[in-house]
Amino acid sequence: MNALIKGGRVLDPANGVDTVQDLLIQDGKVARLARGLKAPEGTPTIDASGKVVCPGFIDIHVHLREPGFEYKETVATGTKAAAAGGFTAVACMANTNPVNDNRSVTDYIRAKARSEGFVRVYPIGAVTRGLEGKELAELAELAEAGCVAYSDDGLPIMNSALLRRAMEYTLPFGLPIISHAEDAHLVQGGVMNEGVVSTELGLRGWPAAAEEVMAARDCCLAELTGAHVHIAHISTAGAVRLVKEAKARGIRVSAEVTPHHLLLTEEAIRGYDPNTKMAPPLRTKRDQEALLEALADGTIDCIATDHAPHALSEKEGDFDGAAFGIVGLETAASVLLDRLVRPGLLPLPTLVERFTAGPARVLNLPGGSLAPGVEADVTILDLERELTIDPSGFHSKSRNTPFGGWRVTGMPWMTLIGGRVVMWERVIKGAIVQ
Amino acid sequence: MGWMRKDLLTIQELELAEIGLILDTAASMKEIAGREIKKVPTLRGRTIANLFYEPSTRTRTSFEIAGKWLSADVINWSATGSSAVKGESLLDTARNIEAMSPDVVVVRHGASGAAQLLARALKCAVVNAGDGAHEHPTQALLDLLTIREKKGHLEGLSVAIVGDVAHSRVARSNIHGMRKLGMTVTVAGPPTLIPPFVQELGVKVSHRLEEAIADVDVIMMLRLQQERMTGGLIPSLREYARYWGLTRASLSGARQDVLIMHPGPVNRGIELAPEVADGPYSVILDQVANGVAVRMAVLYLLAGARAQA
Repeated sequence: MNALIKGGRVLDPANGVDTVQDLLIQDGKVARLARGLKAPEGTPTIDASGKVVCPGFIDIHVHLREPGFEYKETVATGTKAAAAGGFTAVACMANTNPVNDNRSVTDYIRAKARSEGFVRVYPIGAVTRGLEGKELAELAELAEAGCVAYSDDGLPIMNSALLRRAMEYTLPFGLPIISHAEDAHLVQGGVMNEGVVSTELGLRGWPAAAEEVMAARDCCLAELTGAHVHIAHISTAGAVRLVKEAKARGIRVSAEVTPHHLLLTEEAIRGYDPNTKMAPPLRTKRDQEALLEALADGTIDCIATDHAPHALSEKEGDFDGAAFGIVGLETAASVLLDRLVRPGLLPLPTLVERFTAGPARVLNLPGGSLAPGVEADVTILDLERELTIDPSGFHSKSRNTPFGGWRVTGMPWMTLIGGRVVMWERVIKGAIVQ
Repeated sequence: MGWMRKDLLTIQELELAEIGLILDTAASMKEIAGREIKKVPTLRGRTIANLFYEPSTRTRTSFEIAGKWLSADVINWSATGSSAVKGESLLDTARNIEAMSPDVVVVRHGASGAAQLLARALKCAVVNAGDGAHEHPTQALLDLLTIREKKGHLEGLSVAIVGDVAHSRVARSNIHGMRKLGMTVTVAGPPTLIPPFVQELGVKVSHRLEEAIADVDVIMMLRLQQERMTGGLIPSLREYARYWGLTRASLSGARQDVLIMHPGPVNRGIELAPEVADGPYSVILDQVANGVAVRMAVLYLLAGARAQA
């Protein structure tokens, strides 16, 4: 695929590029970056003037739900949602049915992605068989099958000795372990942050300490074993402090934060909307401020959506009974551009880095760069476009978002993968990429 | 003023004047209970559906009597023996009930926020008869009515709410109501049964029974919600009863004119010694009687007054 993206502000934090210029794509790869490039004969031109041309966004934490929960999402619909949200690659969690704890499931997901996917799909393998936290999955074979990390996401590994062995065993493969940091005993039926709001609402609290004791443990075990541990969806000021200290001491720890933990607090739960229920729960204003500061200073390496589709019937009833989680692929860029970048709370280059080079570094994935020679995965942003978030228009099968009805300015305008346009103006162009 | 709300969901959202209106209306309803023929035609032709997802005798019966004395048709829909056990969701059940055109749905449910959920989904009036550990507004109203009757006023009084505050919707509704009315509230219990940051609701916290009840006008003992307690919040019932049970001895430091209340049902010998439950300070049965009056008032204001306006 060849294309010439003309006149955009090319913003490639990995290579320190931030200037208005043209980007020439040849044979699906980035060929040249310069001003005033002429399109070779037959090369389509994309007018990106006034827009921002970035490396393709990468979301390292999504639930594609296939196999097993196709009523919530499939590889096809989830990757359509990803493309619509400006993502060119996603890493999908192992809590499918059957669990991605063996090669055949990994093969299945990758085959689905090849035949029906709209963006690149990187499976994450389970750490333990059946996510039961009892015995190790066949971790070497999962690596060989193409898993890019290990995680029992959704469930914590409460047995510290088992987690230690997983870290040691996987060292030779160079794949990180992603920790869903949650002490199950401390959470004990909690459905929202423990604090005065949970007291007022009469909902069972989930203390910040439940995340922090596990984040501390994970850092200790990473230090013990030399493994790389990645803290998923970090949500508390205390956990941020632990990660910061561990990093300063040279421990191989990284962290991601979700858009909803950056933009919402426990106050959003008044009214009992099940679309404000997720794990970890929305926290306090103080936590929110700490997360933003850590995202800006690099303590938090990347943004990940924890895209967690659920059917309406799982999200329309009472709060206690509702499923945890919200979709995020189709709203992440817009809500963050509008609520963090526009008011000047986060510089645009930092946001783009945390969507591109940051996640690529965490999982050691290709992408996150527009250096000549790399695959031309490109996300083009329109910072001026105003829109109202309308869940009924989602490409995802599910609609469980707390951002419905938000008026926002800024959106992913075009997504290219290997130089091919897969999304333009929220319309999926139907290209199968792999 | 008149009643303007579609529903009665929480005390927290009520204005002071609305609480006053309900209490005054309830006081006037008490006259009916004293009649030989306990029936007025106020809600004739109206239908009240009691939708109870948790076992309840007192509250459900109280609403039922209240509706019947006002001549409404009252139907009871309890979760046991209904489609709820077959997996029908709260919303589906409610929509089915609404299709039968009730004027008021009275709901009790184990999930906090269940009443709000129904109120948003249904066009008819919804009364919260207890949602999870959130609120139980008619209980707080009948408690306030009882205190007002016995003490002659509410403002300036002090109350100790003792026991399993963490799991108590009664405590939450009373805290909101009493604070609005200018009463002083102390919540007391072992720290594991006190909800986090409860001071931010404007109450004092005590971890000693004698200290909490020493100088208050009202002692409200809460039922120890044994069925809800998970995770070892107290070591044993025996120890709880020893340190937190209200006995004649622990009452020795209390005021002579103190009122002792309990929302029921009482765990006799645990939070209340029998001699205290049946003793001279106890107004527990007044609470039950006032419960009917308060529910008549609420049903009247939601179904009767609003419709006539």
